[in-house]
Amino acid sequence: MRLISQIGEWFDRRLQLAAPIREAVEHPVPRNTASWWYVFGSAALVVFLLQLVTGILLALIYVPSAGEAWSSLQALNHDVTLGWFIRALHGWGSNFMVAIVLIHMMQVFLFGAHKFPRELTWIVGVFLLLMTLGMAFSGQVLRFDQDAYWGLGIGASIASRVPVAGPAIVKLMLGGPIIAGATLSRFFTMHVFVIPGMLIAFVCLHLLMVLRLGINEWPVPGRIVRRATYVAEYHALTKKDGAPFVPYAIWKDLFFAAFVLLAVAACAIYFGPFGPTGKPDPTIIQTVPKPDYFFLWLYALLSLLPPSLETPALLIGPVVIILGLLLLPFLSGEGEKSWRRRPIAVLTVLMIAITLGTFTHLAEYAPWSPQMNAWSGEPVPVRFLNGTTALERQGALVFQAKQCRNCHALGEKGGRRGPDLDSVAVRLTQDQLIRQVIQGGGNMPAYGKNLSPAEATALVAFLETLHPAGQAAARDASRDVVLREGQ
Amino acid sequence: MSNETTLSRRGLFMKLGILFNGCVAAALAVPIGKYLLSSVTRGRAEGYLSWVPLGLVSEFPEGETRLATFRNPHVGPTDGKTADTACWVRRVAGDQFQVFAVNCAHLGCPVRWFPQSGLFMCPCHGGAYYRDGSRASGPPERGLFEYPYKVGNGVVTIQAGELPTPGPSAELIQIEGGKEKPCA
Repeated sequence: MRLISQIGEWFDRRLQLAAPIREAVEHPVPRNTASWWYVFGSAALVVFLLQLVTGILLALIYVPSAGEAWSSLQALNHDVTLGWFIRALHGWGSNFMVAIVLIHMMQVFLFGAHKFPRELTWIVGVFLLLMTLGMAFSGQVLRFDQDAYWGLGIGASIASRVPVAGPAIVKLMLGGPIIAGATLSRFFTMHVFVIPGMLIAFVCLHLLMVLRLGINEWPVPGRIVRRATYVAEYHALTKKDGAPFVPYAIWKDLFFAAFVLLAVAACAIYFGPFGPTGKPDPTIIQTVPKPDYFFLWLYALLSLLPPSLETPALLIGPVVIILGLLLLPFLSGEGEKSWRRRPIAVLTVLMIAITLGTFTHLAEYAPWSPQMNAWSGEPVPVRFLNGTTALERQGALVFQAKQCRNCHALGEKGGRRGPDLDSVAVRLTQDQLIRQVIQGGGNMPAYGKNLSPAEATALVAFLETLHPAGQAAARDASRDVVLREGQ
Repeated sequence: MSNETTLSRRGLFMKLGILFNGCVAAALAVPIGKYLLSSVTRGRAEGYLSWVPLGLVSEFPEGETRLATFRNPHVGPTDGKTADTACWVRRVAGDQFQVFAVNCAHLGCPVRWFPQSGLFMCPCHGGAYYRDGSRASGPPERGLFEYPYKVGNGVVTIQAGELPTPGPSAELIQIEGGKEKPCA
């Protein structure tokens, strides 16, 4: 023991770090901040460290070349001992990191920790969030499969819409005229050198400010933040009711960090690594690209926005959101911290969470995408054919053969791009059905040129049978009158 | 003016040192900037968009739309299969063609051709196009991107080399939904 302490003293005489480290770990924190609500920041840091370690391990095998990346991922999955596990840890670590950073941000906002004097800590945190999302997206590109390839195409299509500079931005982003080797190389550079370097610097800055300014005290309704008095009040609080961070508060951080690491490992073992999906070969077009979990809401938004709003929303939306986040501590830098006295803050968080959650949920089954194989893979349920005439059955054939099923479900099977047709005859009369099929409209293509009169007649005859047993098909009430008068 | 009179020798050297570093940094920034922007500036160089053969005219039956592939005219050493590109070739009649990019005009996903219904459908956000490439439904604001083409010596050739994107970039011809197409 004496030898160890002698060695320690030898180093500290030269490094002179023991005193400042002791000061940092033993700095007093308000007692009630030793709470399970205050563990998310440290958990994000621990997952980030896991990402650094597993990322370096993956780089031992991974080849950032458009021609070989996919094969090197296959080697990691199947040939290298436990390569799949390291990939899975990195992939799940990424999901956990985004989730924990978001939860951390939400907690900080609801506890009013972005207010004076911690405005800059919040701003640095916003950049950390953006970098985390940047890592998640560039990481998805490095998993160089079909999703990555077409995801890049989507990124390029969005970037191209920037006025004037769009084409230049696309070439800068792709490193050339097409998605190819140079594209992967630059995303590799961003994912492995540029963003992690900035992340490490910003994390240090973030932590430094947490230490210097002290952890945000537990918000008490009625305790108002004022620029003139806050710092003195905070110091009085830590003096009166403070406890050293180590060991008083840190044990909860340690327990939660270990729990999170365990959860990442459990997901990695149980669910395994993400992909890679098919080869990134642009000539294989039988693919349905989908983004990773944390970008699914964006996928939904891009499908549901009216076309005219899309470009403005894509280009202006992010700027407004980021500016809003950056300006937040200046707009509400003082006042109540407690969520109990900030109903708008609580409602805002709830609204954002519900919106993102709903979009993500929708994107998981993507009702706006045609099901490309439904026409040949999902037979017409027998109950729709029982007791039908030959013409109506011919119509059912037309219905399948013309890919109507790709967008319209029958018996819960098929695309959801258009309305389900189980009871379409109740909604539309014969004339309306004919018009809709021939001319299209709403969000449906016109089939007039692709259906012969016989096919159209058969199809409409079939569609007219689609109504519940006890409910009659819709009829044009004026029709009988018109026919009678014509006689 | 008092600053100038009190400027010490060391102070002057420090300022000169900073200036010297600034000059060197500015000089280095030029080649670094050129290197970083090379993918943009190279864009208008000669031969960037090149004519690429797609195949014999006889490979494309009249009135049908077939998938063809070509190797991008600019290939990097590590591009692998990514330099291969697919396109939809529609032979209207005789030497009259339409060559569409597979990339949806909405966000670039690969559209698939369904000859039975005469539609191109996009698997991502549900864009659909008619056989002539004009917009049928869904989020795209325009028709499919079309490559300029030539027919000579029985071979179909297209001008290609860039990823078509919905911004103002593409040299490709724009088809307005429902209107007469400008080419072919």
